[in-house]
Amino acid sequence: MTAPTLTPPTWTATPASPAATPAGPAATASHAQRITGMACRNCGLAQPLAVAYVCPACFGPLEVTYDYDVIAATLTRETIASRPPGIWRYLELLPVDAPPARSLPVGSTPLLRSDRLAPVLGVDRLWIKDDTRNPSLSFKDRPAAIAAARAVDFAVPALACASTGNLAGATAAAAAAVGLPAYVFIPADLETAKVDHALSYGATVVPIDGTYDDVNRLCLEIADETGWGFININLRPFYAEGSKTLAYEIAESLGWRSPDVVVAPVASGAMFTRVARGFEELAEIGLIERRPIRFVGGQAAGCSPVATAYEAGTDVIEPVRQPDTIVRSLAIGNPADGRYAVELARDSGGSVEAIADAVTAELIRDVARLEGIFPETAGGVTLGAVAAARRRGVIHKDDEVVALLTGNGLKTPDARTLGVAAGVGLAPVLRPSLSAFEAWLAAQS
Amino acid sequence: MAGGAVVSTVRIPPTLRTATGGEKLVSVPGGTVREVIRGLVDAHPGLESQLLTQDGDLNRFVNAFLNDTDVRHLQALETHVGDGDTLVLLPAMAGG
Repeated sequence: MTAPTLTPPTWTATPASPAATPAGPAATASHAQRITGMACRNCGLAQPLAVAYVCPACFGPLEVTYDYDVIAATLTRETIASRPPGIWRYLELLPVDAPPARSLPVGSTPLLRSDRLAPVLGVDRLWIKDDTRNPSLSFKDRPAAIAAARAVDFAVPALACASTGNLAGATAAAAAAVGLPAYVFIPADLETAKVDHALSYGATVVPIDGTYDDVNRLCLEIADETGWGFININLRPFYAEGSKTLAYEIAESLGWRSPDVVVAPVASGAMFTRVARGFEELAEIGLIERRPIRFVGGQAAGCSPVATAYEAGTDVIEPVRQPDTIVRSLAIGNPADGRYAVELARDSGGSVEAIADAVTAELIRDVARLEGIFPETAGGVTLGAVAAARRRGVIHKDDEVVALLTGNGLKTPDARTLGVAAGVGLAPVLRPSLSAFEAWLAAQS
Repeated sequence: MAGGAVVSTVRIPPTLRTATGGEKLVSVPGGTVREVIRGLVDAHPGLESQLLTQDGDLNRFVNAFLNDTDVRHLQALETHVGDGDTLVLLPAMAGG
């Protein structure tokens, strides 16, 4: 039997074409009504919308604030169902006034029932949210699209980012779509495929001799001096909101309900925590029933400051100075939202798991051969976290589990071969003759 | 204090510059990171609530870098500061 696939409406838009309007003005709560500004997550100080990310009173993070009563009065399941696919179908819950004039076709990725992989991980009901299929092949297209839209509104002269790889491509692609120059800062030893990917969109790639955390620190200083729109720094309050759309799509794909467990990779912790907020928002405006969801995070064992804090029973994150893992996309030693990620895992009854690289590579191979989905390294970590949380008892055998595979394996092509002989599955070069083929085939049995 | 003659430079992020009268670079005496930050706050009292907890520790939303190294990878606030060193104060909530 073919495994079911739950997919929002099929894409018809051409990439980089003007985005379809999800709803007319009459059906959409205006900016002035539904977006109330920004506020500090720590002290609550209200601030106007701007290219800003730090509370001037306490240095805490600024976040976009909404009037959920206004949103609940205008956004219904039927309204969403009537709109084209993509993240803008949830416009009222996003920090933009209207769908941008130009935007890549981001989101509406499928939720795939994964019955062949499920027993490998020890669970009965497993769904994979296949976010390897976004325009630049990772979930980062979601936050990048929001940040790029706001960057155009704020008329910044260029887009930029500090990246472990996936955001590099996403920023470069988003900048191409909106017609802004892109500057991408990366650790100099990043995977070649990710570097080439960003270059292909016309971005200027700036390799830095250091870890991601060195890159990030430098970019904070550059952002202060240049006025560029750094997608994950001075546009971070808008950027972070993009990951909420993963929750909206999962809920819609499941028929407007939430699963028992959501498992996601944790790098900075921004996506992990915003997915949780996405589900909370849907409950707040009445689109889903409010019920407990356990949130399980996955980190690479070679860079696991959040998992370490979880195991230690603290929310104080001790930064990792020198990550040592093949999972470069999660190699953030000093995660900005680490404390919030630990709190989410603990408060929800979930966990944060540290996964060895060998397990990550094996699960990349498993999900590819069993489900036809080829994720990059963070996907292997996520699947490892499913199995680890199952062994820990955080996930029960009959739970409905959604695992987020957030990037495409073509970005990290070497990872899948870790621990296996090179060339497994690859036949020798044959002469173009039937007899040569038959001789080779006979030798296989 | 032991390092009283040592003077380092503190780079002030834009969010904090109103408290320093717009100054981006401030020279501060002090032999440790703790002494430098204390000296900075004494010179610009408006920074205290942003940089320090009531116990005198660094606010968890502030990261301090001595010559581009996170002081948590050194000896944190007790890290020795040499003459001419540069201390950079940056928001913790960024990146990823």
